[in-house]
Amino acid sequence: MTAVDEVKIGGMGASRRRVEDARFVRGRGNYVDDIKLPGMLHMEVLRSPLAHATITSIDTSKAWEIPGVRLVLTGEMMAQRNLAWMPTLSYDTQAVLATDKVRFQGQEVCVVIADDPYIAKDGCEAIVVDYEPLPPVVNPLQSRAADAPIIRDDKEGQTDNTCYRWEVGDRAATDRAFATADVVSKLKLHYPRSHPSPIECCGAVADYNPATQKLSVFMTTQAPHIIRAAFALVTELPEHMIRIISPDIGGGFGNKVPVYPGYVAATLASILLGKPVKWIEDKTGNLISTGFGRDMYLDGEMALRSDGKILAVRMHADTDQGAFFSDAQPSKFKIGLMHSAFACYDVGAGHITAQGHYTNKAPGGVAYRCSFRVTEAMFFQERMMQAAAVDLGMDQAEFRRRNLLHDDAFPARTPFGFLVDSGQYGKCLQIGLDAIGYDQFKIDQAEARTRGRRLGIGISTMTEPLGAGNSREYDILGIKMFDSAELRVHMTGKAILRVGAKSQGQGHETTWGQIVAHELGIPAADVIVEEGDTDTAPFGMGTYASRSTPVAGAAIAMVSRKIRAKARKLAAHLLEVSEEDVEWELGRFYVRGAPERGATIQECAMAAYSNMPDGMEPGLENNAYYDPPNLTWPFACYIATVEVDPATGVWDVLRVVAVDDCGVRINPMIVEGQIMGGLTEAYAAASMQFQTYDADGNIVGSNYMDYLLPTAWETPGFELHEVVTPCPHHPLGAKGVGECATVGGPAAFVNAVHDALSDTGVRNIDMPLLPDRVWQAVQDGQDVSGMPPVRSDA
Amino acid sequence: MYPSRFRYEAPRSLDEARALLTRFGDEAKILAGGQSLVPLLKLRFAAPELLVDINNIPGLDHHREDADGTLRIGALCRHVSLERSALLPGRHPLMASAAPLIADPIVRNRGTLVGSLCHSDPQGDWASVLLALGGSIVALGPSGRRTIPASEFSLGPFQNALLPGEIAIEAVVPAAQGHVSGSYLKLERRVGDFATAGVAVALEMSGDTVTRAGIALTGVGPSNIAATAAEQALTGRALTTDTIDEAAELAAAAAQPRSDHRGSAAYKRHVVATFVRRGLQRQEVGAAA
Ligand SMILES: Cc1cc2nc3c(=O)[nH]c(=O)nc-3n(C[C@H](O)[C@H](O)[C@H](O)COP(=O)(O)OP(=O)(O)OC[C@H]3O[C@@H](n4cnc5c(N)ncnc54)[C@H](O)[C@@H]3O)c2cc1C
Repeated sequence: MTAVDEVKIGGMGASRRRVEDARFVRGRGNYVDDIKLPGMLHMEVLRSPLAHATITSIDTSKAWEIPGVRLVLTGEMMAQRNLAWMPTLSYDTQAVLATDKVRFQGQEVCVVIADDPYIAKDGCEAIVVDYEPLPPVVNPLQSRAADAPIIRDDKEGQTDNTCYRWEVGDRAATDRAFATADVVSKLKLHYPRSHPSPIECCGAVADYNPATQKLSVFMTTQAPHIIRAAFALVTELPEHMIRIISPDIGGGFGNKVPVYPGYVAATLASILLGKPVKWIEDKTGNLISTGFGRDMYLDGEMALRSDGKILAVRMHADTDQGAFFSDAQPSKFKIGLMHSAFACYDVGAGHITAQGHYTNKAPGGVAYRCSFRVTEAMFFQERMMQAAAVDLGMDQAEFRRRNLLHDDAFPARTPFGFLVDSGQYGKCLQIGLDAIGYDQFKIDQAEARTRGRRLGIGISTMTEPLGAGNSREYDILGIKMFDSAELRVHMTGKAILRVGAKSQGQGHETTWGQIVAHELGIPAADVIVEEGDTDTAPFGMGTYASRSTPVAGAAIAMVSRKIRAKARKLAAHLLEVSEEDVEWELGRFYVRGAPERGATIQECAMAAYSNMPDGMEPGLENNAYYDPPNLTWPFACYIATVEVDPATGVWDVLRVVAVDDCGVRINPMIVEGQIMGGLTEAYAAASMQFQTYDADGNIVGSNYMDYLLPTAWETPGFELHEVVTPCPHHPLGAKGVGECATVGGPAAFVNAVHDALSDTGVRNIDMPLLPDRVWQAVQDGQDVSGMPPVRSDA
Repeated sequence: MYPSRFRYEAPRSLDEARALLTRFGDEAKILAGGQSLVPLLKLRFAAPELLVDINNIPGLDHHREDADGTLRIGALCRHVSLERSALLPGRHPLMASAAPLIADPIVRNRGTLVGSLCHSDPQGDWASVLLALGGSIVALGPSGRRTIPASEFSLGPFQNALLPGEIAIEAVVPAAQGHVSGSYLKLERRVGDFATAGVAVALEMSGDTVTRAGIALTGVGPSNIAATAAEQALTGRALTTDTIDEAAELAAAAAQPRSDHRGSAAYKRHVVATFVRRGLQRQEVGAAA
C-alpha cells in the first residue's frame, strides 16, 4: 500500500473537468427562472421614463381592472409598511419604490403582480404616472455646480450632491518628494461607466408561507448570507424564519451583490398575498437599473528623478455614484481599495483624495470584476507609467523594471498602508517580454512606420489585493469578512462539503472537491459541494472580489485538517498503536517503521460510525471559519501588440501575452478560464464598452445593440504563461485570480494603441477606443477625453 | 419577452396569405425571419393584431439564375443561404462579399434578404447592395403582381413602397455584362453591429473601361443612398488614381450622415470616401490581374 496518486483523485494541480458543466451544458441547471412553485404569481416593474422628476400623481385604477391582476404596489403602499426606502450596503438609503420623486431613468415606480408575466406587463402599461420634470444632473461637473438641484433632498442635512469624501496617504511627505523631482508627469482620464451584464438577469421567487410563517426567497445573489442579515434587519421577520436560497447563477461579476428593489417588492407581495411571487428582470431592466462599474474621473501626477526612479504619486478621484450610494464594499473604505494603486512599485510617498457625487443615473460603481475599484486604480497606474516613461524618454519595459519591487522586498508596506505579501515581478515581466519578442517587435515597428503602418506595443504590470478580509480592517455593515466551510464525511468515505461562498460560474463545485482531495486523499468525485442555502450552508460573506479561494478555500483546507486530526485518532485505534506512532501520507495513515500496516481515510470514516474508541464522540464532521491574516497579492504582466489603421481609426490586436502569478494553482484549467474571460472583458472595455447618458439623462446602453459585448469573432487569442510564487500565509499557497485580467488587461490594449500613435502628440484617448475617437485624435493630434458623446447635431 | 396580445396565422399558400392580408389590411404584419419584427414586438413598438407567418409557404426559399443570368432571391431565402451559396462567388461578387457581413451567424440563420429590404432600416446592408446592382422587388397584391425598382422601394426609415395587402415575393438582380467585380465594405464596432458606415461597389468593365458603376451607401442617411454622381464619374472611363479619388469625393458628398454614438458626421463621411477608394482600388487590382 502506498499513498493515493493525487492527480488521479483530482487533487491539487489536476485540470479536472468541471463537474457543474454536466448539468449546465445539458440544460439541467436550476436557475431562479427554472423554479416554479404551485400557485406562483408573476411580478413586473414599472420604471421611470425620466431621469429626474417630481411624482405628482399615480393612478393605478386601470391596472386593477385587468383580469388576472392580483396586486399593484406603489411607493406610498410600501411607505405604510416602512419599506419605501431600504438601507444600502454603504450606509446610504435607496428607494424601493419611488414616493417623492424619481432620481434616475429606469428607477422602480410601481410593481404589478398578476397570474402571468404578460398580464403583469399589461398592468404596468395601464398605470398612469404624472411627472413634473426637474433638471437632470448627468456628471460630477454638473453635480458640483453651485446651482445644481439637490438630488438627495430626502436626506436630512444633505446640502449638496456630495456622496462622500475620502483621503489616504501622507500629504506632507508627498509634497516634499514632488519639490525635489526632476520631472513631474501628469495624467487625467476617465474610466467610463460599464455594466457587468451577466447573461442571467436578476430575479427572485419569494415564497412566504402563512401557515409556517417562514419566508423562503430563491434569489440571484452572490452573497445569500448578507441578504438574510439585511432582510432580518429591515423586515420584522426573525432571522431563523428567513431562508435565502441562491440556486445556480448565470454570471454575477459583482452585479448580484447589492439588494435590489425587485427582491424587496416581490417579498412584500408574497407576504401580502400569501402566495409565491416570481420576479425576473428583463435585459433592459438589468442594464439600466442594477449595479454598474467604474464611471470615475482620475487626475494625478508622478514625481520622477531623471534616472527613472519614481519619488511619489498623487491623485484625485471623482466618482459618479448615481442616485444612491448602493455599493457593496468594505465599510472603512469609501472608494473601495483604490489605494492599492502603485502597490507593485517602489513609489516612495503617495497621497490620494476622492469625492463621490450623486447624479441622476443608476446607482452603483463597485461591480464588474473590479475587486472594489482596483480596476480603476490599476488602469490609472499603468497609463501613468506609460505617460511617465514617454516624458522621461525611457523605454516602457526598462522604466517598469527600475521601479518594480525586488524579490527580496517582501513583505512590503505601501505608502497607503497595505502589506504586499510576495512575488517575483522582474521574472514575470521578463517572461512576458521574451514571449512577445519585445526587442524584435521594436525593430519591426520602426521598419513598418517607414512604410506608413502603425504598430504599437502596450505593457501592463500590476499586483492587486484579493481576498478580503482580515476581519480587523474589512467588514460590510459591521459583519466581518471571514468565510466558512463545513465538512461531513459519511461512513463509506464519501463526503458533503458546505461552504459560505457562492459560485456564479467560477466552478466551486470542482475546485472545492480538489482541496478536500488534496488534504484527505478522498477522491474529489466523492465530495458533493453545496453552497447558497442559508438554512444549510455555514455563514459566509459570499463570492466577489476574488475572495473565494483566498478565504473560503482556506476554510476548506482548515476543516479538512480538523477531520484529518480526528481520523488520525481513529487510525491509531484501528492500528492499535499510539497516535504519536501514526504517520500520514495522502489518503492513508500507517505505523511509523511499518508502512505496510495502515488504515485508509475511508477505513477511518467507517470506524467513526461503527468502531470508535471508548469515549470518542461518534461521527466525522467539523467546520471551520477562516479569518485571513492578510489579502493575497497575485501579480500579472499583460502585453498586447496592435496595428492601427489611421484612415479609419480601426485597430486590430495582433497578439496578447499574459503572465499570471496567482500562487499555487488548484485547478489550472479553471484558472486559465478565469484569465481568458478577464482578458476578453479587458478587451471589451478598451475597445467598445460603455454606458452613457444624454443631456436629458436618457441612458445609452440599455440593450445589446447599444451596449456591446465582444463576440468570439473579434476577441483576440491569448497566450498564457505562469509563474508560481506561493502565498506565504494561505494554507494552500493560493492567491486570488478571478479579477486579475479584467483589472490589469485594459491598460495593455490602451497603451498599445497610444504607442502606435507615439509621434502624433496624442497623450490620452479615453476608453473605449472606438474607431471614431482614434481617428479624431490622429486627425487633430489632440487628446480625446470623457465619455463618448451622444451627439445630435443632426 | 412579453409582447402585446396578437393573433397568429401560418398560411400554407400565397393565396391564403393574400386573403388574410386583404382582410386585415394595416392591422396585419408579415413574419419572415423575425429578426427585425420580433425585437419590435418585444419592445411593444409594434403591436399588430395579426401576424401572418409566411414560413410555411412553399417555393419561396430559392436563389437562382434565369437562363439570361437574372438572379432571383425568394422571400424566404435566408442570409445564411446566400453566405454559403455556390452560385454567388465569381458571378455575383458584391452579393457574396456582403452576405457574411450581415449581422451575426445566429441572425443570418433566420433573417431574409427580402425581409431586410421590406424593413427599410437605413442601416440595413442589403438595400445598398440592391441599389448598387440596379435590382428590383417583385410584389404580389390584391391587384396582381408588380415590379418596384430598388431605387423606389424605400421611402424613408422603416417605410417601403408596398401597398396594404401586398407581399414581397422576390428580389431581382439583372444580369451583368462584361467583366464583373464588386465588394461590400462595412465599418462595425463588433460583429453583429449595424454599420457605422457601409459602402457597396459594383463594376462592369469592358477592357479598361468601366461600362457600369454602382455605388451605394449604408447608415449615412434616412435611407440607403445611391451615389449616382460618383457612378457617372466612373462610367466610360478607366480606373485611375484620379477617377477613383473623384468618385470617392463625390460619394462622400452624397452621404447625409448624422452624428451619433457611432461617430461624428465628419468621421462617417471620411469613412465613406475611404471605403469607396478602397473598394475601387480592389477592383483596379482585380482588373489588372
Ligand atoms: C442582432 C441583430 C443584428 C443585426 N444586424 C444587421 C446588420 O448588421 N445588417 C443588416 O442589414 N441587418 C441586420 N439585422 C437585421 C436582419 O438582417 C433582419 O433579418 C432583416 O432586417 C429582416 O429580415 P427578416 O426576414 O428577419 O424579417 P422580419 O423581421 O420577419 O420582418 C421585418 C419587416 O419586414 C416585413 N416583411 C418581411 N418579409 C416580408 C415580405 N415578404 N413582404 C412584405 N413584408 C415583409 C415584416 O412585416 C416586418 O415589418 C440584425 C438583426 C439583429 C436581430
